[in-house]
Amino acid sequence: MLDFGDKGALWNRPAGRSFDFGWQVFRTGESSIAAFILRRVALSLVTLVLLSLMVFFGGQVLPGNVGRAILGPFAEESAVQALNHSLGLDRPYLVQYWDWISNFVQGDMGTSYVFRSPVAPFVLDALVNSLKLAAVAFIIVVPIGILGGVVAALNVNRPLDRIISLSGLTATVLPEFVTGIVLILIFGIWLKWLPIAAAWPEGAGFWVQLYHLILPSMPLFLVLFGYIARMARAGMIEALESDYTRTAVLKGLPWHTVIRRHVLRNALTPTITVIATQAGYLIGGLVVVETLFRYQGIGSLIFTAARGKDFPVLEAGILIIGIVFATATLIADITYSLLNPRIRLGAER
Amino acid sequence: MSAADITPGRERGRLAELLAALGRSRTFLAGAVILLFWIFCALFGEFFTPYDPLADDIINSLMPPSAEHWFGTDQLGRDVFSRVIVGARDILTVAPLATLIATIFGTALGLVTGYFRGIVDDVVSRVLEAFMAMPVVIIALLAIVALGTSTFTVVSVIGLSFSPIIARTVRSAVLSERELDYVAAARLRRENALHIMFVEILPNVLPPILVEATVRLGYAIFAVATLSFMGFGIQPPSPDWGLSVSANYGMIGGGFWWTVLFDALAIASLVIGVNLVADGVQGALDD
Repeated sequence: MLDFGDKGALWNRPAGRSFDFGWQVFRTGESSIAAFILRRVALSLVTLVLLSLMVFFGGQVLPGNVGRAILGPFAEESAVQALNHSLGLDRPYLVQYWDWISNFVQGDMGTSYVFRSPVAPFVLDALVNSLKLAAVAFIIVVPIGILGGVVAALNVNRPLDRIISLSGLTATVLPEFVTGIVLILIFGIWLKWLPIAAAWPEGAGFWVQLYHLILPSMPLFLVLFGYIARMARAGMIEALESDYTRTAVLKGLPWHTVIRRHVLRNALTPTITVIATQAGYLIGGLVVVETLFRYQGIGSLIFTAARGKDFPVLEAGILIIGIVFATATLIADITYSLLNPRIRLGAER
Repeated sequence: MSAADITPGRERGRLAELLAALGRSRTFLAGAVILLFWIFCALFGEFFTPYDPLADDIINSLMPPSAEHWFGTDQLGRDVFSRVIVGARDILTVAPLATLIATIFGTALGLVTGYFRGIVDDVVSRVLEAFMAMPVVIIALLAIVALGTSTFTVVSVIGLSFSPIIARTVRSAVLSERELDYVAAARLRRENALHIMFVEILPNVLPPILVEATVRLGYAIFAVATLSFMGFGIQPPSPDWGLSVSANYGMIGGGFWWTVLFDALAIASLVIGVNLVADGVQGALDD
């Protein structure tokens, strides 16, 4: 019969890539680590090139006449053509793409249509802000998520397991702006414990920044908690049922030593690497959360650029996100393959 | 699975078995009740809402919940309760349509890549992988900005960006299916590839497609609500929930909680309902 693996229906994030190597065709005989890594790096590059083509197509080709869009319907046709010429938009697409991508690789991300200034500083500042928010979310969610999964696995099918699994499931499927609104109402408006705007006063120190980032990181926490807890729970249950755990118990080791030395170590290595693949989801979630909390990150930058049809900013933002995501996935896949030889050696499924 | 499994009699037996399993699943039933409630409201809500969900009443704007207005009124004086009741209509049209497109497109892609493998599979898989490497919301944002906001764009963008995920599921099911005897038998009968893919293999990979489609419906609702909240999905004056939250959350600091809370809870209940249904379907098929 068909095997669904460990992918519960509720657990396939729309944004994050579920941990499935289905598309990667591994052929037996190419199993050395170097060959695997080389293949994987090449794959990431192909992915990024395709992504850049998509971004270019979406940002430069589909919108049609950019000069007309900027100047409005009442501008002279000659003015529109002059603007298109000065922006270089009357050249062949292939030339435009090559120009754009080769400049991008050298750090020149073009000029914003709206601000009439280079895109790169905007994007990089916003990226730093987003990484701060993502870091806060990750630092909170990873230990709590793992703890939740471990506790659930040790109480499998008992009420505590049900409570953790069910709340994890529920939190994971809710859109961030929905949980965000409810959290703002509870902690920001009614209890007045936390500020509802993520932006901190100019020159604020580390703790003040952290204080402002707690509430915005909560919707991200909720989505990731369920996912990480689920992975940790599944890994733990597998390890608890394994022969080596039985051996350890039978040779008379105390239970907590068995858990600490045998079960946890085997159960959590995949979980920890899987967490890295959630970076992509996190960035998608940032667009919504940063908009909701009015935070100057890369997500809200993309959102603002999309609203103002500022295509150079939009394209650069998306491509930067793609690069961050591809790098995170690459590191996750390589780490996982180093820890789990079955992935490397596995034949085609 | 063998050819005998797909004879009509067996098929009907399996369907009855599936329905019985669904009837026993508390998860499925709970989800189905929630989903049916919102479908009912979407279809017939306008006949029993106390006020016209679109009618402004500026004098009574931003009134807190009371006996006249159970959920209060929004900044234009519109009755929030009436708007929440009919607010499911657009999202329950757009999200299922997008899921349907994703399912049809993804199934075709999955059958072709899984059945032919080789160079076709390699090329298509790389392209799909690049597509999946981006959060759906961001892909949708780019496409919608480029093409202009319309219901058609939202449906097709979400449909297309979900299809690789369905294709992946179908492909891995087809990979194991194509090695079975009934496929070999069909090949020996000199059936053409289209016949083998769509007439022989497709009926046998329907269960995972069904599960994946219900799961995707949950995410389509997630995505449509999110895009509406960001102003790139369903457009005013629709009483859509995500749109209402987006129109009112700016005033949340003023304490007008009722303008956003009920819409947010409505989205939450719909998403949870669909996911419970998906989980129930998966559980019933796994048994």
